[in-house]
Amino acid sequence: MTPESQIVWLLAVPLLPLLAWVLQVSFGRFLPRQGDWLPTGAMGLSAVIAVWMFAGVLIGHDAGTGTLVSAELANPLTWKFFFSDPALNEGLAGFQAGILYDPLAAALLAMVAVVSFLVHLFSIGYMQGDSRYNIFFANLPLFTFAMLAMLLSDNLLFFFIFWEVMGLCSYLLIGHLSQDKEKPRTEAAWASFKAFMTTRIGDVCLFIGMMMVYDKFGTLSFHGLYTAVADYTANGTHWEGWLTAAGIMMFLGAVGKSAQFPLHVWLPDAMEGPTPVSAMIHAATMVAAGVYLTGRLFLLFSPEAQLVVACIGAFTAIFAATIGITQFDIKKVLAYSTISQLGYMICAIGVGGVAAGLFHVITHAIFKACLFLGSGSVIYGCHHEQDMRKMGGLRKKMPITYLTMLVSTLAISGVPFFAGFYSKDAILAKALEKSMVTGEWIWAAPFWLLLAAAAITAFYMFRLIFMTFHGKPRDHGSEHAHESPWTMTVPLIVLGFFAIFGGKFWLTDPLHGLSGGDEPWFFQIVDDPTHAEFASAGEHAAPHAGDDHAAVAHDTHAADSHGDHDVAHTAHVRAMIMSIAAAGLGILFACLFYLWGKLSATAIAAKLGGLYQLVLDKYRFDELYNATVIRGTTKLSSFLCWVDENVVDAFVLNLAKLHRGGASLSGVFDKYVVDGMVNWVGETTVAAGQTLRRLQTGRIQQYVYFTLAGALALAAVSLLGIF
Amino acid sequence: MPLSAYLFVSVALFVIGLVMVAARRNLIYVLMGLELILNAANLNFVAFNRENPGDLDGQIAAIFVIILAAAEAAIALAIVLNLNSRIQSIRPDDADTMKD
Repeated sequence: MTPESQIVWLLAVPLLPLLAWVLQVSFGRFLPRQGDWLPTGAMGLSAVIAVWMFAGVLIGHDAGTGTLVSAELANPLTWKFFFSDPALNEGLAGFQAGILYDPLAAALLAMVAVVSFLVHLFSIGYMQGDSRYNIFFANLPLFTFAMLAMLLSDNLLFFFIFWEVMGLCSYLLIGHLSQDKEKPRTEAAWASFKAFMTTRIGDVCLFIGMMMVYDKFGTLSFHGLYTAVADYTANGTHWEGWLTAAGIMMFLGAVGKSAQFPLHVWLPDAMEGPTPVSAMIHAATMVAAGVYLTGRLFLLFSPEAQLVVACIGAFTAIFAATIGITQFDIKKVLAYSTISQLGYMICAIGVGGVAAGLFHVITHAIFKACLFLGSGSVIYGCHHEQDMRKMGGLRKKMPITYLTMLVSTLAISGVPFFAGFYSKDAILAKALEKSMVTGEWIWAAPFWLLLAAAAITAFYMFRLIFMTFHGKPRDHGSEHAHESPWTMTVPLIVLGFFAIFGGKFWLTDPLHGLSGGDEPWFFQIVDDPTHAEFASAGEHAAPHAGDDHAAVAHDTHAADSHGDHDVAHTAHVRAMIMSIAAAGLGILFACLFYLWGKLSATAIAAKLGGLYQLVLDKYRFDELYNATVIRGTTKLSSFLCWVDENVVDAFVLNLAKLHRGGASLSGVFDKYVVDGMVNWVGETTVAAGQTLRRLQTGRIQQYVYFTLAGALALAAVSLLGIF
Repeated sequence: MPLSAYLFVSVALFVIGLVMVAARRNLIYVLMGLELILNAANLNFVAFNRENPGDLDGQIAAIFVIILAAAEAAIALAIVLNLNSRIQSIRPDDADTMKD
């Protein structure tokens, strides 16, 4: 395939949903079935193209060396145009929009397109009867469009634009029910507002970070930045403080979007959106964007910035997992699980495992989409009941939902041979390897936190399954539950299938047999690019070296790879054993509590007392932010209002008074001086006329006298020679 | 006879005419004063012409003035008649409507 035709096909992937949005928003109401088939069909087509393109990447990839046969694919395909003519604006290079389709983008593009298509399909069943059905099906493809276009952006500016479009779409979709014609939900309006404002904090930080690097390097293209940073830091050996700051600022954008501590508060509230939206936000689009950004910018992070990334990720993972234990709303449990899993991915990137983190993005997207759609199916089946305490015993009534959710739960818990096991294992191995290589306690902390989080994850996910599907129905809603229609179950089955086999697929090479090297092929092709590679500008097609080179330290690209491999291998084995143990422990306790009833959760909760209440209240972060940030902002606003009224207004009013005084002064001047002069001229003229008219008597003989006098005067003058 | 003699007579005529124009209280006399002034001028023309016997321009000018005086008298007397029929007076001081 030529690069030109590749560009056309790649552009079709995001543009099809965009076209669907345009048509749906314009004519959706008039189409049969309110046009739901239009975006769904467009998404399907887009997914087929994305998968096909991805297959091209697979074929182009050589299993033995991990290099890409197709040079076009290793190089960014750039479709350039100038916003400003560089010839006219010297020193201003102009921005170029381009497509960056490397294996990383390819894998995520295929995943996002497929999951989005399944969510569209699911929505046809789930959203039936919604009063704004057509609007929902307009916003959904726009959301997908933004995500797909963002994945293909080759520079931060365009990345940021689509990033913002996604923020807008999340606002629209989370707040979808707030505009419901029958019973509008004010909670949904608040949740969408909160999501928008919270992520906005991160977005501003991201933009500041972008400006910092642009100011220094004069480019925002990813490859341009990699090269510039590699040169500037002497292949990552010498970092300056401002680069660390810029890296952390840009990472804060991901913190907002990917709901990391301390900006995680929006995500649980985002459950106010319809369930397919939750699946979309949590699996395919919104939150994955933050991880993708962190992975893309990994080469811009100094070791200190990486430590910040790793610590925030690890802390978020354990922090959100503990909240997940105590929640009763089925969607809230999944929401905290998402935050926790995102912490995993972020932490993986922080410890240097970009491929591991993005691997987890993909597997997580699959099983989390399955879990969310499954929970949607449960909610739908139980007549819109979300409280797990009122469910139970759904196993028999909803077998397909049960089985697919069980599979996904096994996957997320990290049970061997399910998708999540491989990715989670890779992350833990990476974290352990980092701590072993550096030998510092601060780098060991992420590993142990992640391991604890893995156990807790297994526990609360099985708690969800047991409470929902096992035991006896605890409410008449769950007694009369029924299985969902095929549009809802088919996506579940597809996703469930991938939740089982998805992980292995990424590790084995479907076209070339088992991977030749130590590293799985996905790791080889996605691979963390090293600084050394970009230092020689332009040679992007150079063979990718092992994953661990970049991870260990920035400057050890040429170091002895044999020793690194040993460490990596040891870490991998240890991490695998420990992660299986952690998952088993979590599942065992879940069984003890909720399946066999040997232990009573309420009794333990009562013993813990205040601590339990604290966790149940989500560590009271909402209250904390209310008391500090929101009240602080309100107070600041009222103070500013006071300043405005008493200082600014007073100044303006006094200025106005001053002006009025000046104006009346100049009025007086005008009246008495200017007008006086004009009037004086007029009056004098009138007076002169009045005086002189007396000379005109009408008596002819008098005129004769005057004439005579004049003649005599002239004669006298001429005779006396006065003139 | 020297030229000055003619000029003295001429000046006398002019002054008498001027005084009549300026001072008489009857428009007929005012007109008669005007005739005297014109004839004073005539006398001047012919007197100066006597100094250059070859030329006739002084004589011609005098004849022009006589014709002019005749025309003027006819118009002026017509004005006086009209004035009299309008304001029943031929006193120049009564005809002061020109001041408006």
